[in-house]
Amino acid sequence: MATLNSNIPAGPLSSKWEKHKFTSKLINPANKRKYKIIVVGAGLAGSSASATLAELGYEVHNFVFHDSPRRAHSVAAQGGINAAKNYQNDGDSVHRLFYDTIKGGDFRSRESNVHRLAEVSVNIIDQCTAQGVPFAREYGGLLDNRSFGGAQVSRTFYARGQTGQQLLLGAYSALCRNIANGGVKSYTHAEMLDLVVVDGHARGIIVRNLQTGEITRHNADAVVLATGGYGNVFNLSTYARGSNTTAIWRAYRRGACLANPCYTQIHPTCIPVSGDYQSKLTLMSESLRNDGRVWVPKRKEDCKKDPREIAEGDRDYYLERMYSAFGNLAPRDIASRAAKTVCDEGRGIGLTGLGVYLDFSDAIRRLSEDRVRERYGNLFAMYQEITDEDAYKTPMRIYPAVHYTMGGLWVDYNLMSNISGLFVLGEANFSDHGANRLGASALMQGLADGYFVLPSTIATYLSTVKPRSRAGTDHAAFREAEENVRMLTKKLLSCNGKRTPASFHKELGKIMWDYCGMARNKKGLEKALQLLPALREEYWKNVQVLGEPNGWNQSLESAGRVADFIELGDLMCRDALEREESCGGHFREEYQYTPADPETQQGLVNPGDVKRRDDAFAHVAAWEYAGAGRAPVLNKEPLVYEEVKMSTRSYK
Amino acid sequence: MKVTLKVWRQKDQKAPGGFQIYQSPELNPNMSFLEMLDVVNEDLAGRGEDPIAFDHDCREGICGTCSLVIDGKPHGPHQGVATCQTYMRSFRNGVEIVIEPFRARPFPIIKDLVCDRKSFDRIQQAGGFISVRTGSTPDANSILIPKENSDLAMDAAQCIGCGACVAACKNASAMLFVSAKVSHFGLLPQGQPERHRRVTAMVQQMDEEGFGACTVTGSCEAVCPKSISLDFIARMNRDFAVALLKGGPKKPSSGGAG
Ligand SMILES: Cc1cc2nc3c(=O)[nH]c(=O)nc-3n(C[C@H](O)[C@H](O)[C@H](O)COP(=O)(O)OP(=O)(O)OC[C@H]3O[C@@H](n4cnc5c(N)ncnc54)[C@H](O)[C@@H]3O)c2cc1C
Ligand code: FES
Repeated sequence: MATLNSNIPAGPLSSKWEKHKFTSKLINPANKRKYKIIVVGAGLAGSSASATLAELGYEVHNFVFHDSPRRAHSVAAQGGINAAKNYQNDGDSVHRLFYDTIKGGDFRSRESNVHRLAEVSVNIIDQCTAQGVPFAREYGGLLDNRSFGGAQVSRTFYARGQTGQQLLLGAYSALCRNIANGGVKSYTHAEMLDLVVVDGHARGIIVRNLQTGEITRHNADAVVLATGGYGNVFNLSTYARGSNTTAIWRAYRRGACLANPCYTQIHPTCIPVSGDYQSKLTLMSESLRNDGRVWVPKRKEDCKKDPREIAEGDRDYYLERMYSAFGNLAPRDIASRAAKTVCDEGRGIGLTGLGVYLDFSDAIRRLSEDRVRERYGNLFAMYQEITDEDAYKTPMRIYPAVHYTMGGLWVDYNLMSNISGLFVLGEANFSDHGANRLGASALMQGLADGYFVLPSTIATYLSTVKPRSRAGTDHAAFREAEENVRMLTKKLLSCNGKRTPASFHKELGKIMWDYCGMARNKKGLEKALQLLPALREEYWKNVQVLGEPNGWNQSLESAGRVADFIELGDLMCRDALEREESCGGHFREEYQYTPADPETQQGLVNPGDVKRRDDAFAHVAAWEYAGAGRAPVLNKEPLVYEEVKMSTRSYK
Repeated sequence: MKVTLKVWRQKDQKAPGGFQIYQSPELNPNMSFLEMLDVVNEDLAGRGEDPIAFDHDCREGICGTCSLVIDGKPHGPHQGVATCQTYMRSFRNGVEIVIEPFRARPFPIIKDLVCDRKSFDRIQQAGGFISVRTGSTPDANSILIPKENSDLAMDAAQCIGCGACVAACKNASAMLFVSAKVSHFGLLPQGQPERHRRVTAMVQQMDEEGFGACTVTGSCEAVCPKSISLDFIARMNRDFAVALLKGGPKKPSSGGAG
């Protein structure tokens, strides 16, 4: 069994981080440059961490599979980033952001981590502004804010509909500065394919150069993974096509625990699937729910009608009806499930019946088309390109899609995994969002981890490592890991099967969506747990990987990634089966509020809302690899709440 | 619908390339252009043929990874969108579509339609940043910026770094790309201290990479998926001229520790 010590500092919640920073060991400047740190990933988390660590004086080596650090998936984030600045004077505070995030996560995240996140949120906005990130402004020259789901204050900072792009380019510019001055060595088109562990400490990685196929060993005193989320296990998602689980999955196979893998976020506002050839789903930012109203016809018969011809009285604005306090800004998991419910009732719209309307006609009347264009112009344009429909004239059609994974590698308060010296940042870790992430908080977490948390906490670990004592790349562990990678490549290329990795990926995605998607139940999960091992077996017999090991080979790249996704899918279903409760994005049909429950009668929740079981499941489920063919081991970290009381999550 | 593809195939940087003709399987007009290539590649794989290598990632016009020159135009027939945002409904049933990589000396071809755009990173490393250390920053609202300036800076900052501007230019000039970055920072108060040093260093690196001179044909603006304006080139030229007059260091001195 793995030892999971969360290392939460003692003392009152609001002073833990300050105290921890003060009592942590420091490393003297002359010694810092003797430590070499590998950072894998250059999304918000990886590039901010790499730049900051280099500024502090460490020798940083940064790896990305992309052709440039600027292409990381973070670039696609649209809506915004939260921070407790209270610039709107609407009653926001660090404590409120902390509470909203803990509640949004359905009381399944670690209290101390979330509080720290809310504390450093304010520094992020200062940092990014100083770097030249062109956040939206008011006419007086001050920063503007908008609202996001799960909050009743306006605390979201944004740069048109391209917030992620601008924050990433800010972090990328900091990275570039440090590459130029020699603080960071950047490796691009460099995919990490294994983690090297020496005597229980992470000491390096094995990398394949995607251009040449060359496989190389890299050693370090610490390894940082900031490799993003694994939502592409569902094949169709809002992620970039290249996002994958390989880095964290291979670390899992080396002993790092994977926590809460089943916690997946399904985003309510995406463009519905149009056909079998579909390769990705496009998000329509949640910020649209500030001004758009979600509805379906009250009567099934109206579903195929032109929406503009359906009278006001015949429309069901179901979010406003069911969650009057938050209305269209109900959190994502709730809004998604509500959409599924009305579609299951046969009231879905569009050709497939899997869609609901997001309607701007009221906003256009209230604000004018120009104002709406100014706020959301690029999103409306994107919608039109994809669907060939004009959303200024007719309501958008939307449907939920996989968007984010709250689960990830287990980390302690210092963001270190259970393997010493292995740190995990951003979406790749599990730490801050519990069972559901609120909008605009992933960007916040990625930058908090990279700019402010890791650069401070990594010293606690490095102070225990003798400078320049790291194992050389000729150590047996490096040789073994490289051999492992070569074997895998060879195995894939020699399968000579009949089905492409893409066709397996599609099949995997369908299994995951059907049985481990928006609604899950015991029977379905058990079925998936029979289908997935069979799929895996077929994969290794029948996958077709074309081309050569040396040189550019996209077929080989995706073959390795899909193999890992299939195994991860299995673990996700196990986790979902084991967690016999509903919480946040994890909805087990067996555990939902009924009309007879006191909470329903008191008006706190609606029938069908998720029902937690704090007595049995107030813990983090951290899965540990037990070897090929063996069932993984479940470790539990109890969630101890010192300040907040776990309560029923109510948005009514 | 069905189309015929005339595709540039090239094994690696050194190998000579050439066009190959492929018949697409049955397509749906609502497919994106890249989904069409996915379908063609599945078809090729089914026959044991090497799939067509092409670059892509976000598939929503923001990461700048997709490239392709489609019927002679970088990013295809429409203005203001990237290849990944181009849909098959823009093509007539039965037509022949010519697909080539972005061609420019500073963008060597890796395979088929994939080219190497690392030269852009090196230009950015030369000076495309504001030297600020993490944590040493004032409160964000202590810097007031007129909305017009910040909006204009955002217009420039939208550049996705795809390189279509270079591919469209007969001189393979990177002026639109570089001027977008220079203008983004130059329009903001935070960018002033390094304004002249930045423009000199970035332009110098651009020249070293082998990008050509700008003769203001405007072909770059026409293909830019973010419709970045040619005005930024004029703005950069002014900054560059002032920087030359002022003299001063060419490369930024190294910033933080390291
Ligand atoms: C469409 C969309 C919109 C979003 N909008 C918002 C929003 O408005 N607000 C918000 O807060 N959040 C938003 N999110 C979520 C947010 O964007 C992500 O959670 C966040 O950006 C993840 O950042 P990251 O740094 O953890 O990882 P990523 O940005 O995914 O970066 C991963 C990095 O790791 C590298 N990498 C991965 N594996 C390997 C490997 N094996 N070897 C080498 N390198 C590797 C990649 O090259 C890349 O550089 C959105 C997400 C999507 C999909
Ligand atoms: S694939 Fe990202 S811009 Fe086209």
